[in-house]
Amino acid sequence: MLEKIFVLLCLPSALAHQLCTPGASDGYKVRLSIKTALGDQAYVWNENEMFLFRATLAFAMRTHFNGQTYNVSNIVVCDETPRVSFWFVVTSPLDTSQLVSREDVEEAVRKSRNRINSAFLLTDKTLEFIGIAPTLAAPVYPDPPPWLIVFGVIMGAVGAGIIILLVTSVLQKKRKKNEKNVKLTKHFHGTEWDVNQQETDYRVTVGNPPAVSSVVAYCSSVPTLNAMLQ
Amino acid sequence: MRLVFPNPGLDLRIPNYEDLDRMETQEADDRPKWDNKAQYILTCVGFCIGLGNVWRFPYLCQSHGGGAFLIPYLILLVVEGMPLLLLEFAIGQRLRKGSVGVWRAISPYLTGIGVASMLVSLLIGLYYNTLIAWILWYLFNSFQDPLPWTQCPLNDNGTGFVPECQRSSTVDYYFYRVTLNSSASIADSGGIQWPIVLCLLTAWTVIAICCIRGIGTSGKAVYVTAILPYIVLAIFLIRGLTLKGALTGLKFLFTPEVDELMNPTTWLDAGAQVFYAFGVGWGGLISFSSYNPVHNNCMQDAVILSVVTGLTSIYAATVTYTIIGFRATEKYDSCISDNIMRLLNAFHLPEDSISTSNYDAAFNHLNSSSPDIILGLDIKMCDLQTLLSEGVEGTGLAFIVFTEAITQMPGSPAWSVLFFIMLSCLGISTLFGNIEGVVVPLKDLNVFPKKWPNEARTGVTCAVAFIISILFAQHSGIYWVTLFDNFAGSVPLLTIGFFEMIAVVYIYGIDRFNEDLEFMVGHKPSIFWQVTWRFISPLIVLVILVFYLVTRVQEELTYLVWDPNSVEFPSLASVPYPSWIYVIIFLLAGVPSLAVPVYALCRLVFLCCKKK
Repeated sequence: MLEKIFVLLCLPSALAHQLCTPGASDGYKVRLSIKTALGDQAYVWNENEMFLFRATLAFAMRTHFNGQTYNVSNIVVCDETPRVSFWFVVTSPLDTSQLVSREDVEEAVRKSRNRINSAFLLTDKTLEFIGIAPTLAAPVYPDPPPWLIVFGVIMGAVGAGIIILLVTSVLQKKRKKNEKNVKLTKHFHGTEWDVNQQETDYRVTVGNPPAVSSVVAYCSSVPTLNAMLQ
Repeated sequence: MRLVFPNPGLDLRIPNYEDLDRMETQEADDRPKWDNKAQYILTCVGFCIGLGNVWRFPYLCQSHGGGAFLIPYLILLVVEGMPLLLLEFAIGQRLRKGSVGVWRAISPYLTGIGVASMLVSLLIGLYYNTLIAWILWYLFNSFQDPLPWTQCPLNDNGTGFVPECQRSSTVDYYFYRVTLNSSASIADSGGIQWPIVLCLLTAWTVIAICCIRGIGTSGKAVYVTAILPYIVLAIFLIRGLTLKGALTGLKFLFTPEVDELMNPTTWLDAGAQVFYAFGVGWGGLISFSSYNPVHNNCMQDAVILSVVTGLTSIYAATVTYTIIGFRATEKYDSCISDNIMRLLNAFHLPEDSISTSNYDAAFNHLNSSSPDIILGLDIKMCDLQTLLSEGVEGTGLAFIVFTEAITQMPGSPAWSVLFFIMLSCLGISTLFGNIEGVVVPLKDLNVFPKKWPNEARTGVTCAVAFIISILFAQHSGIYWVTLFDNFAGSVPLLTIGFFEMIAVVYIYGIDRFNEDLEFMVGHKPSIFWQVTWRFISPLIVLVILVFYLVTRVQEELTYLVWDPNSVEFPSLASVPYPSWIYVIIFLLAGVPSLAVPVYALCRLVFLCCKKK
């Protein structure tokens, strides 16, 4: 009698161990890299951590299949290694000899991946489910693109600079022209001199040599006029 | 008796000493002037120190025997670079004209040298500004965290990266695909990459505003563009030396291999680098010197500039290799970590059983006990020397190696901004000399109407250059840039340099030149200058030119392409050029080089016909 009870008690766990084998078709391999992720603050992997894992996975199954109450006992683990890797299978809560299919487990894990990761302070890379590829975070593309903003700022500054420089050049030229007109008018006692006219017909208006030399003597002290004459 | 070709009428074409002194004292000249000596020196330093100092010299140094390369470099700097520099400074200062004006004054038949200088400056300016446009693109994109070249776009189902990015790296993908969208061949133009057009517009507009009034504006701009790179290099040096692996890089750079000195290519590469580094033959230096006062000590300037260029090259190489050493060490460490992880996973060992220090021992032990499992894994060979020597020249250095290194540094957007500002300053200050070497000859050749002010001339030149440089904004743009780099900036410059020396020494007359220097500086140039001007420098330039032509003609012309479908991907594949490229090469290299004899011949024929 006692043996029968003993066999009956051992049967579930024996069956469970038979269900979970490395390479099981409905199981997944899990690999944790705790020291890589946490360095000095790494925790030691022990029975309690394993219990947490099984509980988290049961949570993931419950979330995915609304209504079916999965328990820690439905998550069967085997082949633990010092690497901290192991295989697990999920048994159905309705019938402990039936395994939940691979695709369902994958969906459940995918859905709650973030929660599973944060329970262990790990990331997709350090808590690996071999065979379930993590959905990668899309690269961030801020809108409007930052480079357009910088481009706009620089082009605006340069454009403003060009306009300012051109305007100041034009104003400077006008001012110089007016100054020359005033100077020439003063030098030649009130005769109205226009610098533009000066270029073409100074020889005609200034007649005899002494006047020419006085014009030349005056002009040589004004740089640009000298250039015009030469 | 000196060998001098007959040159009638020389005295009529050039101002004599009394004229020069009178122009000096009376300031009767309409020519622009430097505000102070510092502006002139900074402009010349900015012109000579360019992108090549950051990404060409360190590579040459490392690949030709490290510290030993400094010996041919410094020797040729003194024997080839300095005499050419003084030649251009003195002739510009004496004849007080831009490059076309100077050679025309020496002999009207030699105007071709000025025309060749102008063409070379124009062609180089076109592709150089494209490089600056790419630098500006990276600069604009550095104002975000995380930097865009740290991310790969995802593939369709979101579980992995785009295959092109997955197989190469994020920085490669960002440069070749996102920035340039490069096609697979130079013949396949593909279309225009509009962000690059915008960056080209920025680059040309910045150059236009800085050069719009000639040295009046560019002289002020050089205070920033010439000094800022030194400051940034200092910051990077301090940061670089504190990074892990910096000393590995420096050891790799400077470890001398004296055997390399026996190799003639070492000396040829050193000579070519000195020649291009000094910007001789572009015409810009002649122009800049012509704005100097007549009695400026140009001999001192030539020596100062040579020393500054040499020291800056070594300084930039040091900074570059600390960063390269850091990147190589990071990649090596991650390669080893990957291998360790593979071993741990395969043999189910606890995580800290294999570390970097006992990796080799553990690997050998596992290999001897179960070699079949090891074979099944994908264990990579991690070699620090290979990592140190990969991709460390040209655009690859700045846009791939350095950007990758910067992403590993904390605070990477700031470092990226600093680095690309430095590169853009280096490039822009070189372009000042370039634009000077294009606009002033165009003015002397009366291409523009006489009434046009300097602003209009510079503006039109920059606008036309911008439109032509849209060629480089195509999807095949990078291949065009490399083509221009290889052919427009090599043979023509050597030819021009050679002709310049022959013209000054044997047509202008070395005696007259010595007297000019005595008048300007106060004493005749010493025997060192005499020997180098007359024999050594022309000979060196001729030897480099001949060897270069011989090697180029012998080898099949190939270029490197980014082709995701090729076998060697992610390495660049080497493909031959299409046959029509020879026409382009002739236009780039042949036309400027032949401009000198062709112009002289045309003038001869024209005058003969006129006499009849």
